[in-house]
Amino acid sequence: MLSLSDFLIVAAILFGIGMAGIIINRKNIITLLMSVELILLAVNTNFVAFSYYLHNIVGQVFVFFILTVAAAEAAIGLAIMVVLFRRRGTIEVQELDQLKG
Amino acid sequence: MTVLQLIFYAFSAVAIFSGLMVVGSSNPVRGALFLVLSFFCMAGLWILLQAEFLALILVLVYVGAVMTLFLFVVMMLSVNRVSVQEGFVRYLPVCALIVLMIVGLMIMVVGPERFGLTQIPMPAAFPADYSNMVSLGEVLYTDYVFPFEVAAVILLTAIIAAISLTHRQSKKHKSQNISKQIAVKAGDRLRIVKMPSEPKINPTGGQ
Repeated sequence: MLSLSDFLIVAAILFGIGMAGIIINRKNIITLLMSVELILLAVNTNFVAFSYYLHNIVGQVFVFFILTVAAAEAAIGLAIMVVLFRRRGTIEVQELDQLKG
Repeated sequence: MTVLQLIFYAFSAVAIFSGLMVVGSSNPVRGALFLVLSFFCMAGLWILLQAEFLALILVLVYVGAVMTLFLFVVMMLSVNRVSVQEGFVRYLPVCALIVLMIVGLMIMVVGPERFGLTQIPMPAAFPADYSNMVSLGEVLYTDYVFPFEVAAVILLTAIIAAISLTHRQSKKHKSQNISKQIAVKAGDRLRIVKMPSEPKINPTGGQ
């Protein structure tokens, strides 16, 4: 039988992978955004697992809203990235230091 | 090992492997495709958890729309020939240490001694005519109707923001400027020139 902790452990490992992607990535901002998506996926899996094991549908409602906001965030982030690439000609994370004082 | 466990371990192994490939691959197109694979596997896990509607939404909206958007942008920016990530090897040990510590901490917290089957038993099976979509809709359109509307407004904001950020004003087309047309005065358009009239010429040619 599958227990709740199995699902939570898989989600924790995925969360860690996404976090590693954010820490280690110095080159490509697209991979950064994809790591954020991975983290959101892990968190959503936690919500769905708790929703199933506690017999509470509200967790799935929350996942629904998280998916909506994440889609909006990805769209705006990619639009910002396109504008950035047009102005600077690069999307390397290390080059984007104009705001540094 | 039951069939459910077999499915669970297969899906989670593929999901974790493809997550590692998302982070580790230097080619963003390949990374995006591995992220798609990871989404598919997690959708399979969600179906195991009887959240069918959300699993289908994950595949349709995320794989169908968001990841397609990612692939479009990756190909449009033509950065798919990024060189080997510099600093990747240098930061890898520190990063791996930090992440392993954090993941180990999380696994200790959510491990089987706190969320195992003895603490949280398997829930009772749903009746045969149970529909995940119906029960989700019953909650979503009654108790959570206001957040639902707010989510719609957030999507509208995202559309407007994305279009207005990336839209380039092109000067090729000709269009009316209504306010200039209304504000025009007669003096701007019509010029009255005063000039002396021509002297009268005798048609017969005599003096």
